[in-house]
Amino acid sequence: MNVLVCVKRVPAPGARISITADGQAVDTAYLAFTTSPHEECAVEAAVQLVEQHGGESTVLTLGPAEADEQLRYAASIGVNKAVLLPIDEVDWDPQRTSAAITAAIRDLESANGPFDLVLFGNESADSGNFQVGVRVAHALARPMVNGIKGIEVEGGTIRARRESDAGVEVYLVPTPCVLGVKEGINLPRYPTLKGRLASKKVDVAQVSPVGEPGGQQMVTLLQAAEQVSQTVMLGNGPEAAPAVVDLLEELGLLK
Amino acid sequence: MSVLVVVEHDRGALSPATLEALAAARTVAGEGGVHALTLGAAADGMAGELAGHGASVVHQVHHDLLSDYGPEAWGEAVAQAVRTLAPEAVVACGTDRGTEVMAQAAARLDLPMVANCTEIGAGAEPWTIVRLRWGGSLLEQCTLQASTKLLTVAHHAFEAAEAPGAGTVSSLVVDLDPALGRTIVVDRVERAAGVTLATAPLVVGGGRGVGSAEAFAPLEELAGVLGGVVGCSRAVTNNGWRNHTDQVGQTGTRIAPDLYMACGISGAIQHWVGAMASKKILAINTDPEANMVTKADYAVIGDLHKVIPAITEEIRRRRGA
Repeated sequence: MNVLVCVKRVPAPGARISITADGQAVDTAYLAFTTSPHEECAVEAAVQLVEQHGGESTVLTLGPAEADEQLRYAASIGVNKAVLLPIDEVDWDPQRTSAAITAAIRDLESANGPFDLVLFGNESADSGNFQVGVRVAHALARPMVNGIKGIEVEGGTIRARRESDAGVEVYLVPTPCVLGVKEGINLPRYPTLKGRLASKKVDVAQVSPVGEPGGQQMVTLLQAAEQVSQTVMLGNGPEAAPAVVDLLEELGLLK
Repeated sequence: MSVLVVVEHDRGALSPATLEALAAARTVAGEGGVHALTLGAAADGMAGELAGHGASVVHQVHHDLLSDYGPEAWGEAVAQAVRTLAPEAVVACGTDRGTEVMAQAAARLDLPMVANCTEIGAGAEPWTIVRLRWGGSLLEQCTLQASTKLLTVAHHAFEAAEAPGAGTVSSLVVDLDPALGRTIVVDRVERAAGVTLATAPLVVGGGRGVGSAEAFAPLEELAGVLGGVVGCSRAVTNNGWRNHTDQVGQTGTRIAPDLYMACGISGAIQHWVGAMASKKILAINTDPEANMVTKADYAVIGDLHKVIPAITEEIRRRRGA
């Protein structure tokens, strides 16, 4: 089974997200970068599927040259091939991103044969546009279900599970298909030292992305209204227990 | 201007978020009218409630492929409705289904789609919109240029309110390719009844400071005596101490209890986004400067391993008295 997993490099913020002076980006001067969390799980899913069913896994990202780091991280936990669509901007809008990824997938498939499964994250942690995977799937005329927390391969069909308010929904999706994965589908492994060393030697293919700007364009980032709270100190250590229980009583939680 | 609202429902049960989408649509539509679109015969019964929240027309679509939820069949039906009715804007809920259906429709119509809007500046082209990023901890102002504006609205951004509309029922015909049946729900496993993380009135959350899977036992005990549930941060699930189903956060569960007791949790953005809808937050932490402590309503400075058993004991003492 040949699996492609599409990821995004995003900042790893701590307690607060600062914006650059021009409002165009998150201030990353003091931040590390990571793979967007849902996609970290999509990478793990791709590796597991190839371990179970054979074939090959490929990771692809559209992003700055530094996104090489995220591609190599995926390689360090077992992804076989890596493709970078380098852009000069911080981000592309969702229509443009989708067009570029679709074109890249068509090129990869005409060179190496079709992907049985293309994985995305449910949404990116930073921009959260919730649509790139769906647009790519439609352009490729493949079925797509988002929010997936369970994948089982049954011949030419994938049994996919998704959580809802009421419980779990089951989909039987024929391959080739596209799925959007949610964190919790698995617990991503950590790279081994051997994996890390091997990932340094992986050949990252570069493909120039093509896509016209779409109808949604960012003007500026804004801070959300901060929840201001005057923290009431109930005390220090175990001696604070009676004050805590008083609070529980006051809130009607001590029935 | 006329605005079409995509009604979200599960086999006839109306999603409350739809009423917020109707409220958002009313702010944009003005005199032009809010139209509602219901997919599947199971949704026919909700026409009255939609009218009560401002729908001047309720367009009902009946089709075998719409008897249960399927993102592609729903998305194609919305796309065809947009072509037939030619509204200026289409609004859906910023839920899993709402965003998925709107993305499907946007792809089919080759139109942009703006997800999780909190402010919609309609009028001259292009529209100016404010939307959520980073799960709501950052906002983006963007412009939207499109022949039809496709939007999903963020939860809590627009307040549902009654506003009588004519609610004229109209039938809309769509032509769906049977192949779209490939992504319709084939089976469901209903969740066992009982309190869940999302609905619990009290959540006891543990973070990296708890230290191990076993060290969650006192948190379980405290949650148990109070009829609450245990939650955790992403650091905890990444360490394999608890299942992801217990994770509170941007990529976990959004909670809204009466009280959230956050124990040994620093309060990174990822976690805060999932906890911020709590009515009250009590932080228990050794670090008085921790983000969770400074943002909380109440705090106890101390080692959770000593504080939590003391709270449980105090509860038992008072109940015994």
